[in-house]
Amino acid sequence: MDTNRIENLSRRDFLQLGIKLGMGVGAGLTLGLRLAPVDAQMLPAGPGIAGGTDRAASAFEPNAFVRIGTDDTVTVIVKHLEMGQGTYTGLPTIVAEELDARWDQIRAEGAPADSRLYNNLFWGPAQGTGGSTAIANSWEQLRKAGAAARQMLVQAAAERWEVPAQEIEVRDGALTHASGRRATFGELAEAAASQPVPAEVRLKDPAEFRLIGNPEIRRKDAAGKIDGSALFTQDVRLPGMLTALVLHPPRFGARVRSFDPAPARAVPGVARVVQIPSGLAVLGRDFWSAKLGRDALTSSVVWDESEAFRLGSEEILAQFRTLADQPGTVARRDGDAQSALANAARVIEAEFSVPYLAHAAMEPIDCVIAPEADGVRVINGEQSQTADQGAAAGVLGLKPEQVRIEMLYAGGSFGRRANPHSDFVVEAAEIFKAAGAKTPIKLQWTREDDTRAGWYRPLFLHRIKAGLDAEGRPIAWHHRIVGQSIVTGTPFEKVLVKDGVDQTSVEGAANLPYAIPHIQTELHSPKLGVPVQWWRSVGSTHTAFAVECLIDELAALAGQDPVAFRMALLDGHPRHQGVLRLAAEKAGWGTPLPAGRSRGVAVHESFNSFVAQVAEVTVRKGGRIRVDRVVIAVDCGIAINPDVIKAQMEGGMGFGLSAALQSEITLKDGLVQQSNFHDYQVLRIDRMPEVEVHIVPSAEPPTGVGEPATPVIAPAVANAVFAATGQRLRQLPLKLA
Amino acid sequence: MIRLTVNGIEHDLDLDPSMPLLWAIRDHIGLTGTKYGCGIAQCGSCTLYLNGTAVRACATPLSAAAGGQVTTIEGLDTPAGKAVQQAWAELDVVQCGFCQSGQIMAAAALLASNPEPTDAEIDAALAGNICRCATYARIRAAIKRASEQLA
Repeated sequence: MDTNRIENLSRRDFLQLGIKLGMGVGAGLTLGLRLAPVDAQMLPAGPGIAGGTDRAASAFEPNAFVRIGTDDTVTVIVKHLEMGQGTYTGLPTIVAEELDARWDQIRAEGAPADSRLYNNLFWGPAQGTGGSTAIANSWEQLRKAGAAARQMLVQAAAERWEVPAQEIEVRDGALTHASGRRATFGELAEAAASQPVPAEVRLKDPAEFRLIGNPEIRRKDAAGKIDGSALFTQDVRLPGMLTALVLHPPRFGARVRSFDPAPARAVPGVARVVQIPSGLAVLGRDFWSAKLGRDALTSSVVWDESEAFRLGSEEILAQFRTLADQPGTVARRDGDAQSALANAARVIEAEFSVPYLAHAAMEPIDCVIAPEADGVRVINGEQSQTADQGAAAGVLGLKPEQVRIEMLYAGGSFGRRANPHSDFVVEAAEIFKAAGAKTPIKLQWTREDDTRAGWYRPLFLHRIKAGLDAEGRPIAWHHRIVGQSIVTGTPFEKVLVKDGVDQTSVEGAANLPYAIPHIQTELHSPKLGVPVQWWRSVGSTHTAFAVECLIDELAALAGQDPVAFRMALLDGHPRHQGVLRLAAEKAGWGTPLPAGRSRGVAVHESFNSFVAQVAEVTVRKGGRIRVDRVVIAVDCGIAINPDVIKAQMEGGMGFGLSAALQSEITLKDGLVQQSNFHDYQVLRIDRMPEVEVHIVPSAEPPTGVGEPATPVIAPAVANAVFAATGQRLRQLPLKLA
Repeated sequence: MIRLTVNGIEHDLDLDPSMPLLWAIRDHIGLTGTKYGCGIAQCGSCTLYLNGTAVRACATPLSAAAGGQVTTIEGLDTPAGKAVQQAWAELDVVQCGFCQSGQIMAAAALLASNPEPTDAEIDAALAGNICRCATYARIRAAIKRASEQLA
């Protein structure tokens, strides 16, 4: 297999390659890319294959994002994982806009792992997807990539037609000249490939945008996800591949002391049983044999639990309460909150808590590793290329560049697939190595493994004391936060822990936007043996709940309307005010509701995007909380794909609603009490409210929308429950006594 | 040997009769549009039709499907199925997409038996299909659009 074919192949070569791949694709202009054919028997070509058909080269750095075929296709190389949030649509939209391509000629293709070309510009040299950064960090980069390709096409046409370049117009995938000459991108692709790459390009004025902001743009990943052909890691099949199931210890920190592999080996189809640091792996010819093998193995294993974690959620919460009695590391100090509280006319103190949460993406964790002549091939819904490359290389004794990663679609992630310890990629590499490093293996977790293996959103406790002056104005806010750090002990610690404060634990709290003269925010980061990790919207998952509920309590204490109270305190924060005003207006804030319904509101900034939500809630007999309708306003700068933004607001809110009403991971004597969707409950269609989304018009640079809707719904619902019942619920999931 | 007809093609399978139909379809027949999400009929990602009825393939042993006719997302070609897929495309229902084969199979089964479902009927029929991306509002809207299309 020739993996080093150079760019700018002749049309004949491309056609041959196209035929070989069964794609019928010709290609002429490839910016910074060369081709590496894959075995079309194994993996169908197309979006999602991600890095299978294309490899980065060094010719046109850093803009290795566009390939125009002689068949008039425009392929946009997407460096960020598509896990539902819309990268395969949003990033191509930016390129297509500056290129003046037709949307129907655009194809999206995932980038290979190459941190020089495809790093996240907000993460220095690391390639990866997270923190709602995909659009924001790619914005200028992809505009320039599209504009450069456009300029090269224009130059090629100018030479061919012998007319000045500035007289050529580009629109909808074609170049035209007043003389009547016309050519498509495909017809000019070969000639454009020999043009010099422009050092400077002209970017469009936003008034010229035709695709950006267009609500009619449809997703590029939809077709395969509708007909079942979209490829996920779970679907990968390679010749000779074995499926591996892992028996993890029942308690975190336990290890295998002894086991008998014989009963597992006796199961037809089981090929091997191997011990790895995280447990025991059973490799079978298919899922079912590996599963039966693992079942047979279970009773023979003796675990060394000398270092096992044995606390329960109740004990953890009790320890956290003790910590909350003591001063923590200061994350923010404005004025003197303690003295101001002592002098306040009225003081309120409240404690909020949230449980551990599993990500529970629909695709349980999985990862494929296959041998190659000069290293390995990792096939994965890959969210953290650079870290995972390094981690797998470390296990396998390879250089990072010998770990070739192909990024498939992920069946959800919500942060889980960017594990800061590369946990499951390392586990797959350990299995691959222990099994002899000659056989392709697919690590496949069951739903039970996925639910019980940890890497949860950590349990957090918040204690807030706030005071009003005699006129009902907030004058002091003292906020203590207790919870495990998700970054200590990981490569992210250096960047994300500042002056002893894990920024991800206090985001959304230490940057409290409300105009309160005396503010103190403190943090305790106790170390516990429960593996924890970021979870969609990270710190805001708990800080927004505590902050937005307490602000609501202060409004009630001051006898003021919750929206008006917030608006007055948000002077100097026009984007917070903008979404709050829009959501309140569209929700009909202050207008009568049907009997039994009440409204609650919350507003929060995360990842530089601003979201306000008004929830309409009915409390049913027996205390069941029903969320009937949610009105959402978002300000995410320039709206690249309004329909994708709406979808992320709907879905992000729905994801948060699971945590608000239903989901919790609890521990008892160190054992996780939940195992699957019957006891780790998540939102189903019958509890999904009506949703209305409004986007604030903006000329600011675009920011992310994957996460910011998630943290806002729990406080909005809790505040609506208060309006309905007078009860303040300060623990998630919300339960009425 | 267990005989199955999947999307019109006959297969003779020499497999453990207790193996769930899901894994026979995915690992041995090679049709991967039907997904594994929970293994205990809680999430609906594995929804397919056995002899015309929507079932959870993860909890259906191969022995119970012997001699049966199976339709997976790859073979869905009923009028209701086509209308549902068209509506899914028009409204861009999908996000991560992993559960959507199951959602579409369940939605098409609903419309085949109840061409004009109410919101409550949609919720009842689809409550067994989890979508962690929470595309539910669009699922409801797309089923209604497909229903109009079929009328």
